[in-house]
Amino acid sequence: METVWNYLTSRPTDAGWANWLVPTALQTLALMVVLLVALAFILLFDRKVWAAVQMRKGPNVVGPFGLLQSFADFFKFVFKEIVIPAGADRTIFIVAPLITFVLAFAAWAVVPVGPGLVVADINVGILYLFAISSLGVYGIIMGGWASNSKYPFLGSLRSAAQMVSYEVSIGFVIITVLLLVGSLNLTDIVESQNRGMGFLNWHFIPLFPMFVVFFVSALAETNRPPFDLPEAESELVAGYQVEYSSTPYLLFMIGEYLNIVLMCAMLTILFFGGWHSPIPWAPLDSIPLFWFGAKVVFFFFLFAMAKAIVPRYRYDQLMRLGWKVFLPLSLFYVVALAGLMVMFPGLAEHFQSWRQ
Amino acid sequence: MATPDFLLDYLPILVFLGLALALGIGFLAVPALIAPSEPDPEKLSTYECGFNAFDDARMKFDVQFYIVAILFIIVDLDVAFLFPWAVALFNPELGTDRDFQLFAFWSMFVFLAVFAIGFLYEWKKGALEWR
Repeated sequence: METVWNYLTSRPTDAGWANWLVPTALQTLALMVVLLVALAFILLFDRKVWAAVQMRKGPNVVGPFGLLQSFADFFKFVFKEIVIPAGADRTIFIVAPLITFVLAFAAWAVVPVGPGLVVADINVGILYLFAISSLGVYGIIMGGWASNSKYPFLGSLRSAAQMVSYEVSIGFVIITVLLLVGSLNLTDIVESQNRGMGFLNWHFIPLFPMFVVFFVSALAETNRPPFDLPEAESELVAGYQVEYSSTPYLLFMIGEYLNIVLMCAMLTILFFGGWHSPIPWAPLDSIPLFWFGAKVVFFFFLFAMAKAIVPRYRYDQLMRLGWKVFLPLSLFYVVALAGLMVMFPGLAEHFQSWRQ
Repeated sequence: MATPDFLLDYLPILVFLGLALALGIGFLAVPALIAPSEPDPEKLSTYECGFNAFDDARMKFDVQFYIVAILFIIVDLDVAFLFPWAVALFNPELGTDRDFQLFAFWSMFVFLAVFAIGFLYEWKKGALEWR
């Protein structure tokens, strides 16, 4: 697997463009196909968890245990008519889901799923992720505005306000991780948590309150229950997606779930040691892809459980939590952590000792 | 790193964007080609739980959404300033001069204190209350 990847990543600098472009494109395609197929099963997993909590069986007709349900859904979407409402702005209406979809994919370009297994190993990886997830608001607000319908309009307003509110606490949480790591590169962030003591070196221990803030903010950022107010069924029907049908709706949904899985991957990378095994033992550490996947699926399970068991928030409570609890808390944590590390140089030395 | 070679690291992102765009357009094109298309006025009318639409949807909305957006810009810029500071402060490859670290910490402390005063002012003014 890794030999194949290394062959693909080999980049003869003095050779022609094609020699560089073809392997990169193949890598990208491989990652995209893996992501889409994984997403099909993650969607099913989400529904199964939800069903199990409610003592239902969930999808179980298409394929064994309903394993092929998502693929059946996909074909159903493809064969449906694209309805564009008469009052809608046609161009923006079509472009909006495309933006959500492309941005959700683009974020994955910098995510390392194993040692060296990353399409674009850029120096400013985490900053890039931060920027791309900020841009995600555009797809939603364009979709809501272009529909020219009341529910989508209100839903997109709510969604935009909610996403930007939680974006700020996510920013401060990322800063606390950067103070410990001293690098924006995602591979460095993972390696910094591998200092020989397994899970005891992972950042969720010194940064536990920030991990909680990040997890809850990730729920709000991706409009997941209990923060799914933009699409609260009982008041706004389906929020910004009301007027969408067929594949435009599919693109919104793929984008949404890709962002959720991306948030799980970010939790894994920032706080839970990325692809490293919890116990520093060579045979266990030799299966990085398994550990990365297992951690992502575990966090997705937490997301699914939150959806199943937590009642929906009210909008003013949601804004209060974001601005009056998470923002002051994470700001205080940044200052306190930096202050402690300045006061005790041994602390900074301890966290930066991965650099040898 | 000083060579322009490191810019090559960014090119895969362009490839990624291009392929994702192609895939997205492909998804949009397929139903346009094979799915039925039978528009009629009722189907194309705005969904409003069975009523005909009362008026245009692009109406006045709560000013609170603007306030949140403005606050977001301020705080987000603040975070953007913190990024280089957080990376450089304790990085041993950039040197661990105690005096410099103290200076860097206190200057950022003052910056964040000014930000915190502004934030408290917004809070007391009620800009964060959702009515």
